Amino acid sequence: MSIPGNSVSSFAPVSWFADVGIVDRPTVGGKGGSLGELTRAGIAVPPGFVVTTHGFDLFLAALEARAPVRARVEALDPHDLDAAAALAQELRDRVAHEPMPVEVERAITEAHARLSPNGEPVAVRSSATTEDAEDASFAGLQDTFLWVLSAQDMVARVRECWGSLYSVESMTYRLKQNFPEEGVAMAVVVQQMVDARCAGVMFTRSPLTGDKSVITIEGAWGLGSSVVSGEVTPDRWVLGKITGEITTRDISDKHARQVPAPGGGIQEVENSGDLRTAPCLSDEDLLGLRAVGRQIERHYGKAQDIEWALDQQGNILLLQSRPETVWSAKDVTAPVKTSEGNPLNHVMTIFGGRK
Amino acid sequence: MADAPKSFPLPSSVKVTTGTEAAQAAYPYYTQFKPEDDQRFWFYNSMHFPEPMHHFDMITAEAAYCALGSFNTRVHVLPTTKGIDHRIINGRVFIGGVAVTDPEEIAARAAEFQQRAFYYYEHWEKLYDQWKDKMKALIAEAQALPSPSLPDLEPIETTHTGKGVAANHALIDTYRKQLEGYFRMWHHHFEFLLLGYGAYLTFFDFCKRAFPEISDQAISRMVAGMEAEIFRPDEEIKRLARRAVELGVDNHFHDEMDIDQVLAGLDQLGDKGREWLDELETSRNPWFNVNVGDGFYHYHRSWNDDLSMPFAALPGYIDKIRAGENIERPLDRLVEERDQLVADYRELLDTDEDRATYDQLIGLAHRVFPYVEGHKFYCEHWYTNLFFNKIREFGALLAEHGFFAKEEDVFHLTHYELESAIVDLMLAWSSGSDPRGPGHWPAIVAQRQQAIESWAGETVPPALGVVPDVIDDPAIVMLWGITRENLDTWLSDGAENTNELRGFAACSGVVEGTARVIRSVKEIGRIEQGDILVCQVTNPTWSPLFQKISAAVSDIGGSMSHMAIVAREYGLPAVVGTGSATQKIRDGQRIRVDGGRGLVTLLDEEKVLEDA
Repeated sequence: MSIPGNSVSSFAPVSWFADVGIVDRPTVGGKGGSLGELTRAGIAVPPGFVVTTHGFDLFLAALEARAPVRARVEALDPHDLDAAAALAQELRDRVAHEPMPVEVERAITEAHARLSPNGEPVAVRSSATTEDAEDASFAGLQDTFLWVLSAQDMVARVRECWGSLYSVESMTYRLKQNFPEEGVAMAVVVQQMVDARCAGVMFTRSPLTGDKSVITIEGAWGLGSSVVSGEVTPDRWVLGKITGEITTRDISDKHARQVPAPGGGIQEVENSGDLRTAPCLSDEDLLGLRAVGRQIERHYGKAQDIEWALDQQGNILLLQSRPETVWSAKDVTAPVKTSEGNPLNHVMTIFGGRK
Repeated sequence: MADAPKSFPLPSSVKVTTGTEAAQAAYPYYTQFKPEDDQRFWFYNSMHFPEPMHHFDMITAEAAYCALGSFNTRVHVLPTTKGIDHRIINGRVFIGGVAVTDPEEIAARAAEFQQRAFYYYEHWEKLYDQWKDKMKALIAEAQALPSPSLPDLEPIETTHTGKGVAANHALIDTYRKQLEGYFRMWHHHFEFLLLGYGAYLTFFDFCKRAFPEISDQAISRMVAGMEAEIFRPDEEIKRLARRAVELGVDNHFHDEMDIDQVLAGLDQLGDKGREWLDELETSRNPWFNVNVGDGFYHYHRSWNDDLSMPFAALPGYIDKIRAGENIERPLDRLVEERDQLVADYRELLDTDEDRATYDQLIGLAHRVFPYVEGHKFYCEHWYTNLFFNKIREFGALLAEHGFFAKEEDVFHLTHYELESAIVDLMLAWSSGSDPRGPGHWPAIVAQRQQAIESWAGETVPPALGVVPDVIDDPAIVMLWGITRENLDTWLSDGAENTNELRGFAACSGVVEGTARVIRSVKEIGRIEQGDILVCQVTNPTWSPLFQKISAAVSDIGGSMSHMAIVAREYGLPAVVGTGSATQKIRDGQRIRVDGGRGLVTLLDEEKVLEDA
């Protein structure tokens, strides 16, 4: 299914993936920008939209009009945890329940109706707007709500994502870092949800050695949440990025999988005997993922950490792609091997006992 | 797995098989194990000598190690290693390296090495051209040697020309020249070889640093050259298959054909048949001067001496041509794929400095390839065939004079003993008495024949003595692919899953099928379409069989062994260097070969457990 690109003004509360890219990060967040970028690059991404920071700003303005919000946070002593807890409770309550400006609510629900005309389940995820916000220590901003069934639930989850800005951790972090409350904003991604046969992660650079010539793929049955959360030991493969040769196959005992729950959300079910030890991807799937991984890496020009899923028909879908950070941070300009005036001196590594 | 220290049996604990003591004692004294050899580490050279050695054939080990050691120790002066010592027990050749460990000696040798070996790298093409001239001259010399024969009386020309030398002298002269040529050939063989492998390994080492998880297979594909004489014999069979179809004589070739009848039939057929026979002659000289083995045994006959191998391959190629399949070696595509691979990996490097080093090292590896793959045609095949056939002629002469029953028996004598038999015959011819040999050799030949048969059925330990902490002898790593890791695997056999064998991943792909365990080249005829070939080591001249098999597994070999190179060209899943595939896998057993992981799984487990 494809959602036609919607011509939106830059202050629209909602933007479709097809209309945004990485440069729109300040208004759609990193996740939203990346999904937009992938969509535009022709990569299969489940369709979706972003509730932009403008949507949030309009909502916050409505809250401020009734009673101060930012001023209350700014006045907080970050070391007074009791006060912080009380304020968090109060502000999150307001975010969850106070009326939303009509233009925002209508934009979100109309977008949802287009995205999910037959009640297709969606995922709702927070999408942080700054690099710092992606830092794990910027707690509370990594909310993800899976298998959300109704428009009403979806709106509630969007509010929950916004409300996480007023968690104790989030507020005290901003205060300690002296981040002005003025610039605080939050985007939220709403995306059609894949009922995944299997899912997992893919690294276009080895997490073990930083080797750029291999692609590591990890996956398990069901939704990717079990892999990302570490609840199931995934199968693991290493492929030559260039050759496609599959050099490592570690098939693990995958005791359980996460699947959609009947009333929304997800639940864990036990895997039966054969399924536990069966590889969740075929060689063909692995090569397909490798091709997508290479395409994304080429698009961004740097190594990526990718979340993927295979739907029940076996189609590969991309859920997220982020630049790899661990090895890239270590990258030094020192060469692999010191160059030699006479290149023949290199053979002394082999013949001369030189290491 | 318990980590109890394990060791291979000590040489002194290996007993000479009962009934073969005299045959064992007949190997030269310098090849016999002595108590002090227990202090060293030895491994069974099953790569080059997978079968018990006939006493004459030991000359191959001797000549080869004389030459290998000379170049390592005293010509190129390798800093950290000298030559190879060899011992023989129960017909099997065990070898041990001689490492240099004193840092001062290494430094002094390194300085020598740099002015000597570097000269070779710098002048590689010129020296290699010169090498081919030397080899061709050496081959011509061997071809010019007369067939040994003794006339009843000296021809009258000896008198008229005042020659002054009688025919019996030609026997010793020819024999010694032939031996001299063989020893010289092995010197030529090792003139470049270690330096060539060293260039490969230097590139391997760089790739492993830059790409820690790169597979050996990927590096080998980047290194592989495409042009070398040793690929040519297989190309000639394809050419003959194509000509057979073009000339319309292809219906003469089928799986159960009698080669002599086919040749006779073609001769009688008229122009078309004779035209094909002319094509065959063109291919035979020189390209069928390859033998079906590695050239180290007298019974590894050349295609020219026994047309079975090329004729075994012809029907398969002809079928493919008829079916419209392209059987040509896709040279352009292979080169293009290799160059693309080299470029793609290069692009992943971070710095200009690395890219410069990479370019230099891949350039060096490509530079040495033609020699590393090409020398085999001149040395192990062409010259070696001439050599063994000349010895065979001596065998025929001695058999004619009653020294033993048939010409092949000559190979039961050591080269020293053969010289004594020749002198015996010379003396008898000159004195007019009967030679002593007929009363001496037949019993010895019978005894040795029996010993070879007895040894052939034995299981040989892959190594003897104490395992060293590290194997950093570049010669051993390069030539035999032996590393500390695979010694550990050999030692841990039995502790791990007995239904799995691990080796080098030579060519990716997973295949299940029937194992055809080929212990000797005589069994090649048993291979059927789709079988998985399981052998000790394959040789370049087995390439024509690759069209018939679905996968290949070997005991010995590394990722740059010829089998691995050819397997990759054919896209044939292969695992090499498993250590013991021919002992663990039963003929006819179903196995799974995973060439990407270097894993062989035995599928009928009960049978194997009984065997263990």
